[in-house]
Amino acid sequence: MGPLFPQELISETINLLLAFFIGTGFGLALEGAGFTNTRKLAGVFYGYDFVVLKVFFTAALTAAIGLFLMNSYGLMDIKLTFYPQTFWIPTVVAGIIMALGFVVGGFCPGTSVCAAATGKIDGIVFVVGVLIGVLGYAFSYETIFEKLRNSGSLGQVNIAEWIGISDGLFIFIVTLVAIVAFVVVTKIQKALNDKNPVAKIEDLGL
Amino acid sequence: MEEKSKRNQYWNPYLAGFVIGLMMIAAYYFSGEGLGGSGAFKSIAIAGVDAVAHDYAKDAAYFAPSVQEGSESPLNSWLIFEVLGVIAGAVISAAYFNRLSFNVGKSPKITNKTRLIAAVFGGILWGVGSQLGRGCTSGLIMSGMAVNALSGYIGLIAVFGGGYAFAYFVRKLWI
Repeated sequence: MGPLFPQELISETINLLLAFFIGTGFGLALEGAGFTNTRKLAGVFYGYDFVVLKVFFTAALTAAIGLFLMNSYGLMDIKLTFYPQTFWIPTVVAGIIMALGFVVGGFCPGTSVCAAATGKIDGIVFVVGVLIGVLGYAFSYETIFEKLRNSGSLGQVNIAEWIGISDGLFIFIVTLVAIVAFVVVTKIQKALNDKNPVAKIEDLGL
Repeated sequence: MEEKSKRNQYWNPYLAGFVIGLMMIAAYYFSGEGLGGSGAFKSIAIAGVDAVAHDYAKDAAYFAPSVQEGSESPLNSWLIFEVLGVIAGAVISAAYFNRLSFNVGKSPKITNKTRLIAAVFGGILWGVGSQLGRGCTSGLIMSGMAVNALSGYIGLIAVFGGGYAFAYFVRKLWI
């Protein structure tokens, strides 16, 4: 029963090797979806390209449905995984900082790594920026961030339990919302591009 | 002409999402971890500072837990190997689609200089935010949503909601 490594059912070497192959699959899909191109990423905030939203929600829900089923059928004990702790105050503050970083910088850290590795100069510069940001945070941690980072602690909170419904029903509702969103954003994207087209990536030779 | 058209081909977004979802399931099943992006940056920052200033690092609250005597190198971590894989996957895919080339992705209405200044500034914000928020789009939001963690959904609303709120003010960078 999973997770295997936390129960010492696979060795550390195998675990790190798997990390590499899992990462490779992640990288193939990120590049294949066009996420090394900042124009495709920023499109989600301006309505001319919603590929981010489609990939992102499909990925999150595929994983949520798969893990829910594996947990229900005893193939996997989610409680033994690295289950995220919720610190709501720093998450909200950090989320707003990252939101500004997203619309200004046009990447998030994972996509910037793909962009940098495949020769996008804006990706390379963004990666350098992330490292500067991490170091700036690290050196000022005790004076500025330590107290904030540990505030608003709620422990390991499952959102379905927190609302008071079952995991299955919660995932079902989010899936319905996502499907409706996929249909709606496809219409918005078409309407916006018909009315006021932005320069296509193809035409820019990117 | 055929070369050029391949360059503009992308996976179906739902297929790409499905594959990323499967990788996420594998990550949790084999290793008990979600996928990450910013964690590797943290490891590199810690290893770098430890290499040049170990005496500082071992007493500083941010670095200390990872750099005590006898502890494993922060570079020998799951997230570092995962991100090495991400790099390999991205390069293989870009090579296959003829997209391996140096260029700057940006709106045609801004200069390269403007784009690169914005990119470094955006990166700095992500560097700070991902450390304060315990992860980025992958580690905080997607990995959180995969196991119905409240933190993932708070991150989702803050990052995407915030993104739409800020988008108007920086629209000249993009449209």
